[in-house]
Amino acid sequence: MTLYILCFILFCVGLYGVLRKRNLVKIIIGLGIIEYSMNLFFVLLGYRLQGRAPIDAQHQDILNMVDPLPQAVVLTSIVIGLGITALVISIAIRIYEKYGTFDITKIRRLKG
Amino acid sequence: MANIVPFFTIIPLFTAFAISLLGRIFKNAFIHTLSIVSQFILLVLSLLSSVLLHRFVDGKILVYKIGGWIPPFGICMVLDGLSSFMLVTVNLLAFFVAIYSLNYMNKYTDKPKFFTLFFLMLTGMNGVIVTGDLFNLYVFLEIASIAGYALVAFGTEAEELEASFKYAVMGSVASAFIFIGIAFLYGFVSTLNMADMARILGTKTNQWVLPFVSALFFMGFGLKAALVPFHAWLPDAHPSAPASISAMLSGVLIKALGIYALARILFNIFGILPVYSKILMFLGALSMLVAVVLALSQWDLKRLLAYHSISQIGYIALGIGLGTPLGILGGLYHLFNHSIFKSLLFLNSGAIDYAINSRDLKDMSGLRERMPITYHTNLIASMSIAGIPPFNGFFSKLIIIIACIQSGYITYAIAAVVGSLLTLASFMKVQKFAFLGELKEKYRDAKEVPLAMQLSMVVLSIICITGGLLLLPSLRYFLDNAVNVLLDGSNYANRVLETALK
Amino acid sequence: MNIKNQDSYTETGMTLIVKTVTRLTVGLILVYGIYIVLHGHLSPGGGFAGGVIIALSFVHLMLAFGRDIALRKVSKNTVSILESIGALMFLSIAIAGFLGGVFFLNILDKGSPFRLFSAGTIPLSNIAIGLKVGVGLFAIFLTLVILEGSKR
Repeated sequence: MTLYILCFILFCVGLYGVLRKRNLVKIIIGLGIIEYSMNLFFVLLGYRLQGRAPIDAQHQDILNMVDPLPQAVVLTSIVIGLGITALVISIAIRIYEKYGTFDITKIRRLKG
Repeated sequence: MANIVPFFTIIPLFTAFAISLLGRIFKNAFIHTLSIVSQFILLVLSLLSSVLLHRFVDGKILVYKIGGWIPPFGICMVLDGLSSFMLVTVNLLAFFVAIYSLNYMNKYTDKPKFFTLFFLMLTGMNGVIVTGDLFNLYVFLEIASIAGYALVAFGTEAEELEASFKYAVMGSVASAFIFIGIAFLYGFVSTLNMADMARILGTKTNQWVLPFVSALFFMGFGLKAALVPFHAWLPDAHPSAPASISAMLSGVLIKALGIYALARILFNIFGILPVYSKILMFLGALSMLVAVVLALSQWDLKRLLAYHSISQIGYIALGIGLGTPLGILGGLYHLFNHSIFKSLLFLNSGAIDYAINSRDLKDMSGLRERMPITYHTNLIASMSIAGIPPFNGFFSKLIIIIACIQSGYITYAIAAVVGSLLTLASFMKVQKFAFLGELKEKYRDAKEVPLAMQLSMVVLSIICITGGLLLLPSLRYFLDNAVNVLLDGSNYANRVLETALK
Repeated sequence: MNIKNQDSYTETGMTLIVKTVTRLTVGLILVYGIYIVLHGHLSPGGGFAGGVIIALSFVHLMLAFGRDIALRKVSKNTVSILESIGALMFLSIAIAGFLGGVFFLNILDKGSPFRLFSAGTIPLSNIAIGLKVGVGLFAIFLTLVILEGSKR
């Protein structure tokens, strides 16, 4: 249970970064933290007490495996996170080129 | 027959990478041919699937088992009435937008990249619609969203980058909510297959997790659909994209990713409860009124249209949220109609932009003489969106309002009428400032847009006029099959699992 | 050996120590990545993890020697072509399943477990994914570097 609460705290830290920080790079870091917290949460869901890695190896009988499905799912989610981070970073670099700043309070050419 | 289902994702995915691989070597003609041909095949396939499903398939459902794995062990693709309805809407629009882009995208530099991203977005949308697995839905949703973020920033001007950044951040947070919702559901039912999920949820008596998960899904998909408290990104993102992409984003992306996914999950997995439908209706009515009031004061043409998208999404959410057969019919019918006339309006704004290089309503006037095709198609689309009788928008709004009165929600019915009147007012403003009045001296030599752009605008306006025919008894199966899927509720599980095991 | 005329690229990149170590290790990293890709169906790893390691070996090269030298080895055009090929390869493996009647069907002989040549199309898919990820991740890095460089 403690681990789930820690996950939730991590999520809140990320959300705080996205919502409250003014620097574009810090917002991106916030997004990354949200990404990690949700991946961590999903992997934790599949954990069983004393469970071992779900790898079928030769000459070995593993009776107590953790749930392999969340791990596959989280791997996909990590890839998606990588894609989003790369895209957002390149957009941020281009924004810096155009505006000369990373401060979102100064990047305000769109109204409303 | 189920073999056609995976092709809705295979064809656009293949086209996307073929264009990115070969587009550099061959000239534009190759890219044009490839994209139009594959888009045409998709359109034919989706129309065919709709007809075949109605005529020849028992139970009106097709289940495709990827890799031969039986659900819930493998991923399955499901084509039922609702999916085929959405597929026709998406692919019909994408076909005309692709034709329009052939000429329009000459304004921008990198055509292969544009079509690659366009087809990736289409892959994502088609995938969201046909998939039968909740996590697979998330993956396709992300493919469509990421392509969308990149396409909004396609012009790489300062405003576009800013809008795209805003959109990407909001969209990622929305995706995070959806992912956590999926994680909670998985922890509760230990499966990711949508049909199996519905079956197991039906057997559990204590569904403590559902209110929490549905709140997460309302936030996530509501953000993707731009319902009002979560709408802040849309008026920036949609106008900043190239006009053809604005048409796709406003026309189908927010509906396939937001409304369709939300309706599928709420109705078919959770089995709609009165409290969800009340929330959906409240959000719908709120978006309907707030956005249209905000739209009235806009002077940027595309921004005005973007606010109207939020308002019209409100009508769709209100109709579907009612949960009665008539309400769902009205909501889905409005979804189809809105995707046609809103994209036509965006294509018109793109045509004006193409001809005179301006989006400011104060700046343009009297374009009626110089651009007759754009003017007439815009008039038709404006009357459709405002709900003037012979056009398609009238029928769907009427059905929604009647359904509201029938279920006893008089306030929402009045709100819908008021919203419609305000829509009419703001489109009269567009007509007055853009097309009527004196032609300005500097636009004396403005020319009508090229043929391909005219063609797609004219065809879309014909669909606007004839859209009312979908209510005829012989064509109504197209809508009725979709409505029946939603009305069926959690029975979806039995239908999918039985068909899969056959 | 004289440092100055040893290579034209002594001015760019990091110090001599880093360059020498990089020259020694970069091949090992690349081979390790390829090993992870090829053994994906037997041990932890697979296309994505191996692809990331392959990409990191090129990134390593670029960090040590500077952008121009790395670009001389792998140009931006090659990268984007290889990336599309990787994607199309994976898709065609999936479509090849139609030979057996179903999309994504594993049509090849599965062999006996824990052998290198087993599991049908899974190793082939791993290679396709490894190519796509390795080249794609390097392309992302390359784009960011070029973007950063064009500003100065």
